[in-house]
Amino acid sequence: MLTKRIIPCLDIKNGRTVKGVNFVNLIDAGDPVELAKQYAERGADELVFLDISATLEGRNTTLEMVLSVAEQVNIPFTVGGGISSIEDVDRLLKSGADKISINSSAVKRPDLINELSNKFGSQCVTVAIDAKQIEGEWIVHLAGGSIPTQWNLFDWAKEVERRGAGEILFTSMNNDGTKAGFANKALARLSESVNIPIIASGGAGTIQHFVDAFEMGKADAALAASVFHFGEIPILELKKELKQNNIAVRI
Amino acid sequence: MKLVIIDYGAGNIKSIQFAFKRLGVEAILSNNPEEIKSADKVIFPGVGEASSAMEKLKESGLNELITELKQPVLGICLGMQLLCNHTEEGNTKGLGVFDVNIKRFSNQVKVPQMGWNTIKNLKSELFAGIGNDDYMYLVHSYYAENSKEAIATTCYDVDYASALQRDNFYGVQFHPEKSSVAGERILKNFLAL
Repeated sequence: MLTKRIIPCLDIKNGRTVKGVNFVNLIDAGDPVELAKQYAERGADELVFLDISATLEGRNTTLEMVLSVAEQVNIPFTVGGGISSIEDVDRLLKSGADKISINSSAVKRPDLINELSNKFGSQCVTVAIDAKQIEGEWIVHLAGGSIPTQWNLFDWAKEVERRGAGEILFTSMNNDGTKAGFANKALARLSESVNIPIIASGGAGTIQHFVDAFEMGKADAALAASVFHFGEIPILELKKELKQNNIAVRI
Repeated sequence: MKLVIIDYGAGNIKSIQFAFKRLGVEAILSNNPEEIKSADKVIFPGVGEASSAMEKLKESGLNELITELKQPVLGICLGMQLLCNHTEEGNTKGLGVFDVNIKRFSNQVKVPQMGWNTIKNLKSELFAGIGNDDYMYLVHSYYAENSKEAIATTCYDVDYASALQRDNFYGVQFHPEKSSVAGERILKNFLAL
């Protein structure tokens, strides 16, 4: 049976992890490669690296990091952040990334999704969608939730699927950072709206939140950052609990 | 041990090369027929869309060479699918090594299948040390129909062949290079064939 995926997300700036990470026995908490290896050993199913570098130099450093991760880590990983062209994606895939994720560049120029899926295959094209619920309606936002777009979450999701996205990473801006649980109603509706896998993001605080994201939210995967980085939820413990709730996981 | 990964411009071959490097084997990336023929073991990778990958293979002139190889050959993901008779993806004729057709998953399930699933009914030394509850990483929208040549099956939408074998040809739908410790074991087993 296909299992539900647990995905830690690491923010990267100039090739280094930025958010604090609190693992025991870590020699260098800022080294994404070492962290990625630790996560792979601790049962993470995939990893997402979000590049928040602001400069070209920073991005080139990230490219070197991607190569090192591919060299040393034996699970799949996605790289997102600042990707807006076929060339960007080509460089990342050639450096060993398994998937890339695009967000605002897809909203600004939706044809990019078609171009990428035609050239590299849908399987490596994840479209990240940040949405905020405003007066009952889920509106797609850019720039970390600060700029609203014309798109409704569910319409945009169908559009990206039609254009060849292989997967959707949905972050609820209402839930992100709250540790109060995922946006399960929106997730469930999203899962019914499209026929590609959905990664739930934003709001993880407890193990029960993951159970809910899979049971109520019908998510195919769940992504989180701080609860994993600070060891608040050890991945193995999380997976054991999920299994006890009859949710298929890889242990 | 001379290990060659066929480089015809289709997909993420670096990951495969790195996975072997972790096992202490330096794989050569090549599209040179002589280099490929002289290898002890050959990896036939592939990621992306079937008809364009087949085009690239034909452009490189390697399509005939591959079917004539006598040493152990391992097709991975789309590489495995291209070794089959035919695929519904782009209505593409394959190399015909495996007498199997490739079909698209129905819309009863999410397509692509993306993530970790088990492999069962294991019937090859390729899976020595691998149990029925070991998970492999898969990303694909098309699958090989279950057949006599199946050496592993996986359940998603239907029970399909997630690994195939005929003579010296092996094919796996999953990505052993991305399937953690269990995947590495399979690569190690392939090297030992």
